[in-house]
Amino acid sequence: MEPDNHSDDCKQIFALLSEYLDAELNPESCEDIQAHLAGCPPCIEFLESLKRTVRLCHNCESAEAPAPLGPETREKLLAAYRKSLSRR
Amino acid sequence: MPSPQTQDEIELARDLLAGKADAFDRFVEVFRSKIFQYALMMCGHREDAEEVAQDTLFKVFENFEQLREPERVRAWVFRIARNACYMKRRKSVFAPTQELSLDDLLPHSEQDGGHRKLEIADWSALPDDQVLRSELRDVIQAAIQELPEIYRAVILLRDVEELSTDETAQVLDISPESVKTRLHRARLAVRRTLDGYLRGIQSGVEHGTGQP
Repeated sequence: MEPDNHSDDCKQIFALLSEYLDAELNPESCEDIQAHLAGCPPCIEFLESLKRTVRLCHNCESAEAPAPLGPETREKLLAAYRKSLSRR
Repeated sequence: MPSPQTQDEIELARDLLAGKADAFDRFVEVFRSKIFQYALMMCGHREDAEEVAQDTLFKVFENFEQLREPERVRAWVFRIARNACYMKRRKSVFAPTQELSLDDLLPHSEQDGGHRKLEIADWSALPDDQVLRSELRDVIQAAIQELPEIYRAVILLRDVEELSTDETAQVLDISPESVKTRLHRARLAVRRTLDGYLRGIQSGVEHGTGQP
C-alpha cells in the first residue's frame, strides 16, 4: 500500500470509528474496517485511545451531589405525583 | 435489550404508575442525582443544576400519567431535564454553535523510518477506569463542558448517561444520523484534550518535573 493512499484510507476509517465501536455499522463496513486495522498499527492505537475516551466519559460524573431534599420540596413533589395518579 | 440499570428504572416507572408505596421515594433517589449530574455538566453551575433537578422532577410527577411506555422513562425524564437546562441558558455555556471539523480533530502523523506514526500519547499510562483520579476527572469534565452545546448535549446523553442513539435523537429532536455525527466529533474532541493532558504529563516525566 502506498503511503499516500494509506493516509487517505486511515482518514476514511477515522470517520467511522465511533459507529464501529458502537456496533452501529453495517457488516460490510465493519469488515472493511477490520481488514484495514489488521494492517495498520497507528489506526489500532487511535481506536484504542477513542475506546478509552468513551469508557472514561462514562465514569466521569463528579462526586458532587445535590443538597438534601427539604421536606417542603418533597411534599410539593409528592402532591404533584398524587394529583397525577388521581387523573389516571 | 435494555441494560440492567435501565431495567431497574423501567421497573421503578411501572411501580410508580401502579402507585406502589415506596416507589415515589425510590424514584426521587435514583433520578434526582442523575438529573443533577447531567444538569451540572450541561449548565456548568451548581445552583442551576439544583434548580433543574427540582423543576424536572416536579414536571415529571405532575405529568406522570402521560408516560405511556415505562420502557422510555429514561429518555422521557432526560427530555424534560434538557428543556429545563435550556431555560437556564447562560451565554457562556450556550454560546452560538461552532461546528467541529473532523480534520481538525485527527492527530498529526509523521514518517518514522518508512512507517507512519501518529503523534499521540501513551494511553497505557492512564489509571484504571474505575478509580479515576480527581485531576483526570476534572480534565474530562472540562473537556465536555468546553464543547459547543450541540456536541455536549449528545455526548452527555450517549456516553455519560448511556442512552441509545434513538433515545438521544428523541430527547434532542434530531435525527439518529445527526446523533452519530455529533457524538463522533464530541468524542474526538474529548480524546484530543485527554491526549494533550497525557502528553503534558509524559513530557513532564521525561524532564523530571511531572507526576507519574
